Amino acid sequence: MKKLIALLLAALMVLSLAACGGSSAPAAEAPAAEAPAADAPAADAPAEEAPAAAATELTLWTYPIGNWGNSDTVDALMADFEAATGIKVTVEYLDYTSGDDQVNSALEGDAAPDLIMEGPERLVANWGAKGYMVDIADLWDDTDKAEVNAACVSACFTEDGACYEYPVVMTAHCMAINYDAFVEAGADQYVDLESHTWTTEQFIQAVKALYDHYGDTVAAVFCGGQGGDQGTRALVNNLYGGTFTNAEHTAYTADSEENIKALELLQGMDGISFDASIVGGDEIALFYQEVLKMAFCWNIAQQLNPNSAGTGEELTLNGQKIEFMSFPSETGESKLQGGIWGFGIFDKGDAAKIEAAKTFIKYFCDGEGTEAAVKAANYFAVRDTAEGIDLSGIWADNAIMNEYNKLMPYLGDYYQVTTNWAVARTEWWNMLQRIGTGGDVATEVATFVANANAAA
Amino acid sequence: MRASRPGMSRALVRRETIAGYLFLLPSLFFFLVFVIYPMFMCIYTSFFDSNMGKDAVDMFIGLGNYKELFQDKIFLGALKNTAIIVLVSVPTVCAFSLWVSSAIYNMKPVFTSAFRCIFYLPVVTGSVAVTVVWKWMYNNYYGIFNYLGKSVGLIDSNINWLGDPKYALWCIILILFTTSVGQPIVLYVSALGNVDQTLVEAAEVDGATKTQVFWKIKWAQIMPTTLYILIITTINSFQCFALIQLLTSGGPSHSTDTVMYYIYYTAFKLYRYGYGNAMGVVLMVIIAILSAIQYKLGQTDS
Amino acid sequence: MTTKKSALYKIIAFVLVLILALLFTFPLYWILTGSFKTQKEINSTSPAWWPSEWTMKNYENLMGKMKAPLWEVSVPFSQYFTEDGTATVVSAGPQVPGAIRWMLNTIWMAVAAMLLTCLTSALAGYALAKKRFIGRTLIFTLIVCAMALPKQVILIPLIREMSSLKLYNTISAVIYPIVGWPFGVFLIKQFAEGIPGEIIEAARIDGAGEVKTFTTVAYPMIKPGVGALAIFTFINSWNDYFMQLIMLSSTKNLTISLGIAKMQAENSTDYGLIMAGAAFAAVPIITVFLIFQKYFTKGITMGAVKG
Repeated sequence: MKKLIALLLAALMVLSLAACGGSSAPAAEAPAAEAPAADAPAADAPAEEAPAAAATELTLWTYPIGNWGNSDTVDALMADFEAATGIKVTVEYLDYTSGDDQVNSALEGDAAPDLIMEGPERLVANWGAKGYMVDIADLWDDTDKAEVNAACVSACFTEDGACYEYPVVMTAHCMAINYDAFVEAGADQYVDLESHTWTTEQFIQAVKALYDHYGDTVAAVFCGGQGGDQGTRALVNNLYGGTFTNAEHTAYTADSEENIKALELLQGMDGISFDASIVGGDEIALFYQEVLKMAFCWNIAQQLNPNSAGTGEELTLNGQKIEFMSFPSETGESKLQGGIWGFGIFDKGDAAKIEAAKTFIKYFCDGEGTEAAVKAANYFAVRDTAEGIDLSGIWADNAIMNEYNKLMPYLGDYYQVTTNWAVARTEWWNMLQRIGTGGDVATEVATFVANANAAA
Repeated sequence: MRASRPGMSRALVRRETIAGYLFLLPSLFFFLVFVIYPMFMCIYTSFFDSNMGKDAVDMFIGLGNYKELFQDKIFLGALKNTAIIVLVSVPTVCAFSLWVSSAIYNMKPVFTSAFRCIFYLPVVTGSVAVTVVWKWMYNNYYGIFNYLGKSVGLIDSNINWLGDPKYALWCIILILFTTSVGQPIVLYVSALGNVDQTLVEAAEVDGATKTQVFWKIKWAQIMPTTLYILIITTINSFQCFALIQLLTSGGPSHSTDTVMYYIYYTAFKLYRYGYGNAMGVVLMVIIAILSAIQYKLGQTDS
Repeated sequence: MTTKKSALYKIIAFVLVLILALLFTFPLYWILTGSFKTQKEINSTSPAWWPSEWTMKNYENLMGKMKAPLWEVSVPFSQYFTEDGTATVVSAGPQVPGAIRWMLNTIWMAVAAMLLTCLTSALAGYALAKKRFIGRTLIFTLIVCAMALPKQVILIPLIREMSSLKLYNTISAVIYPIVGWPFGVFLIKQFAEGIPGEIIEAARIDGAGEVKTFTTVAYPMIKPGVGALAIFTFINSWNDYFMQLIMLSSTKNLTISLGIAKMQAENSTDYGLIMAGAAFAAVPIITVFLIFQKYFTKGITMGAVKG
């Protein structure tokens, strides 16, 4: 025993010498002396000596957008890119639960990546608006502006003409129904599988039929957090034709009569529960497990591979048929919430890196890598041609993708770029929770609008 | 406290001081650099309207953040929730672990160590892993609590454990409880095993009952252990964060917000650094006072 | 009569403890069995108590995801001299599955934090208890007040500080605040109060220097406290999800719990994968605990504490 202690003590001493003497003590003094000297040139130098050396290494952080969250796919893409340009890209993968926190703390800690892949609501409305992103408007010429889907272009540019994201793929978010369950409950008469649309009345009838048959919750307005909230927003807005923001994207209008009516409808409906214990991902799992008969958080990626489980496209756990549907609205012509994904560059004051990052964007968004990038993402390309390469046939051989294309014309306003989007998003699920626990709808939407607009 | 001995020479005092500080140096270095300095920065920033943003300029607003704080219902709610967690979990953890320990410490060694290990399992399994299982158990639709509750007839319809403000905080406390009792049980078992047997025997000879022996003799002897357990459990309860972040994000309707989680939420979801720091300062003051009281009580007790 | 009663009580207590023990084992049981279940079974809405079909698929997924170099040795302090503030790497290990690297990171983090904390606290606690010097009361008051401080409170300043020290996104950024946390000093000081002054005096008269006095006289007496502190620090840093979440971002620098939390795609949760990750994270530390149980429990006797 004594020997053990002596040994431990000796080990402690050695380690402490190595750790204290070796790393921490000077660590504290060094930056004090070093930092100003090192920082000063870093801040001024790149602007002057920019052309000197092109950067050959970049860092990219991606959210799990299709297979862009899968390291095998991405490694292959990056290897092709390196072969073409000589630029090596190190990729880090974020998740939607803690990804934002990590980017925020990296920004606060001066350790942001060069490139980031996500949608305009983060890149343009959040980090762009806060001044962290590089304006890449110079990557666009008139051909590009004509080629890329107009909604995507406007989402990526700010009002004063700066661009913080170059889009590569898009989709329309929709909802899904368990068709077998609908048939069993006699609710299939309310859906039109040809057009994939339905009216508010049909939706109400369908929920009623399902509830009468199953006697339990058939769909959940999930509000445990922000995950998948595009679904709850689209549902509420479409039911009676409300909007989430005004057309200028300057104010939140969720307190409109239409939205209040929709929320009151949902609040009072048997078979629909406001569930604060789940977020979009959990809802999908429950739908996949056939517990819920409808999912409000859905898109083509889910349709192709429900719950990412790899157990068959368009099928639930036990092989029931999944049909995607547009959100119900009075006319049936809904405004679907778009999803846009692309790349942006963090401004770290290093002109060479920014230049290399632009090469990267050009390669994957408007160049030889575009097709591969789109395929990896498993969504639709935002343009039909990229530098002469035809992209319109990428999904020609995929029947599901083709069928899904029917929804794309319903793509609505991309309002996620409204000022202070991140705060409004947070306020939204908090509001749903309050309504779900019996809060008065009119009061709660007023609170939401007040909080969201105060921040804006 | 003994004052410096009268016989101590000046040289000796100087030597003691130098040696004292040399011994303290490594610890003091980490303490000052990584705790005290950020604490002061925290206090400093709390007087500013400081937000996230590359070109954001901090604006001095004096006590503005603090004024807002005490009108912020969510903050006051979070303060209440933190208090509930600490007030509920500390005594129950202590009482429960004492009971389990007294039941198992004099079993056959095999059983003692087996049970000790089992109660320690949730601690070493790691909060992230444990949370995944609990989330499944609490599931609104097919979770095991609803499943068992319904089959035994305790509940009529599914309860949305984590989605209902009435239950959510208690669900969190229950998980916190299972991950907190491990250490106290280990400590109590060894403390009870070390109780001076001669005193116990003497008391028994004098005709003392089991209960009397426990409270009059054993309790006094395990007092230092109890104090230590009180302190670490209080600390753990205050720091309960992963459970909340991974299970409820403070919801529903802020019913599981604790001050710690709300600070994080304010800083990372609402990007209000100054405001978050003001909360931090309030919490710091509360905790400092509590710790001081706890320490003083410990002092007078023994 | 009394013996009968107490025997009955013993049986009841045993049964109760047994039931509780089963409940406490359940999460781990569920993780372990779950990690071998098929997609279908793990997603099933009626609980499958035992895997009907064992699969290694979840572990294959775990090991197939995210690669990182097994180790990386970099020039100390080089991050202060390179332009982009990253350390110059002199040796990088072969690419291995991220989970393995995360495990090593976690072990390194917990062990380093534990050893550093024990060492600094043992020295400081002894000095605070046994040395008479100016400023002692002030320092001790600070320590008592800061002791229970949750780290969230100082989160923002800490991130900024780590970034200016170029420690952000390194394991050190997680270790140092743990070491700086003064609970250990407090604990050891309580133990060291129990060392009789006469023994130290005697050692001094015998001509022992300060260091010798500490190692030969004081240390053996505060050893139980150091043991308690070691375990407490190890477990706490292992589970300190918050600091890891805030301070670490690159795949190669993650810890195992952060890695598991990260393994979730946008709109789906692969429970099998998470269970496999959780099992992979939990089994080593449980094994360590089982093996060292004796020392764990022997070391942490509190009997020596005198307030």
